[in-house]
Amino acid sequence: MKHARLFVLLAGLSLAAGVHAAAADQVHASHAWIRVLPGTLPAGGYVTLENRGDQPVALTGARSAAYAQVMLHHSSTQGGMSRMTMVESLPIPAHGTVVLAPGGYHLMLMQPGAAVSPGSEVKLQLQFEDGSSLPVDFIARPANALGDEAPSPAHSGH
Amino acid sequence: MKPLRFRPAALLVLLLAGMLLAGCHGATPLPFRLTNLTGHMPQLEFNLTSDEDKPVSAADYRGKVVLLFFGYTHCPDVCPLTMAQLHVVMKKLGAQADGARILFVSVDPARDTPAVLHGYVNAFDKHAIGLTGPSRAVEALVKRYRSAFTREPSSKDGNYEVSHSSAIYVFDRDGNPRVLYTPADKQDDLVHDLQLLLDQKEPT
Repeated sequence: MKHARLFVLLAGLSLAAGVHAAAADQVHASHAWIRVLPGTLPAGGYVTLENRGDQPVALTGARSAAYAQVMLHHSSTQGGMSRMTMVESLPIPAHGTVVLAPGGYHLMLMQPGAAVSPGSEVKLQLQFEDGSSLPVDFIARPANALGDEAPSPAHSGH
Repeated sequence: MKPLRFRPAALLVLLLAGMLLAGCHGATPLPFRLTNLTGHMPQLEFNLTSDEDKPVSAADYRGKVVLLFFGYTHCPDVCPLTMAQLHVVMKKLGAQADGARILFVSVDPARDTPAVLHGYVNAFDKHAIGLTGPSRAVEALVKRYRSAFTREPSSKDGNYEVSHSSAIYVFDRDGNPRVLYTPADKQDDLVHDLQLLLDQKEPT
């Protein structure tokens, strides 16, 4: 029977997809930006990661052709002191969202191969614990930016 | 009962004593919103090198309202965030911002040369000045304000982080410490207190 065979084929495909659903396939990235600092100073990378899947995933880091090294870090302020710690793995719960934002989790982008100019896009491969990776375009923003978007004209006159 | 009468001489003594006391504190009380430092810490004093590679001291900034902040340029997250926020504060102050200076003092003088600092501070705000110098001179300034920093162990590639105090010390035009701003405080409270200090006349 033609229909039965198609059903088995489809069932098999969806089963395979269920078993092998890579973290990269269920994570949606938005508001990806980099704060560019002058010269070869390390830059901070920020992104909002939404896990649309039924399974928890974990971000372990990122790679980019534009930087020699990328590290996942966390900034914290305790007892009036600011410090940074390395993060091995950042869990994103099923149907949950994790925000990498200034003053908290961030990607530390070190040793740019060439000067990154504000306004340009830099591709990063976000890496997950299961070995999958998600390519994301990060918008380069000037040093004194506060987010991925330029302030609206109504607010820039101050 | 006889009405209470002050003799002019006694009144004069009282007035003089009051003026002396005011002189000791060196600062008019103002309705600050941030943590008030008035009278609790010593006047601004340092001998460092500016991002224009010139020797500078606190005297060079008398007449300006000073925001003193300790950081380092290889800090990719918190320091740039603070500097970006201070840029917003300066924009909110409008023309008054010209009476203020952000002094970014490097707690990583080994890597932060005047040239590196120059590019760094100018990427944030035109009122920002980078200061560096011998470790001893930086440490003296840090200790003066009971602040602290620690150089963390280096990684394999020689890179290292510096943990440091996250507070901003605000001084009036006479170099007196007046308020303390921490990341937990509201940005508008900093703007408010800076406006109070900027409204004070420049010393003659």
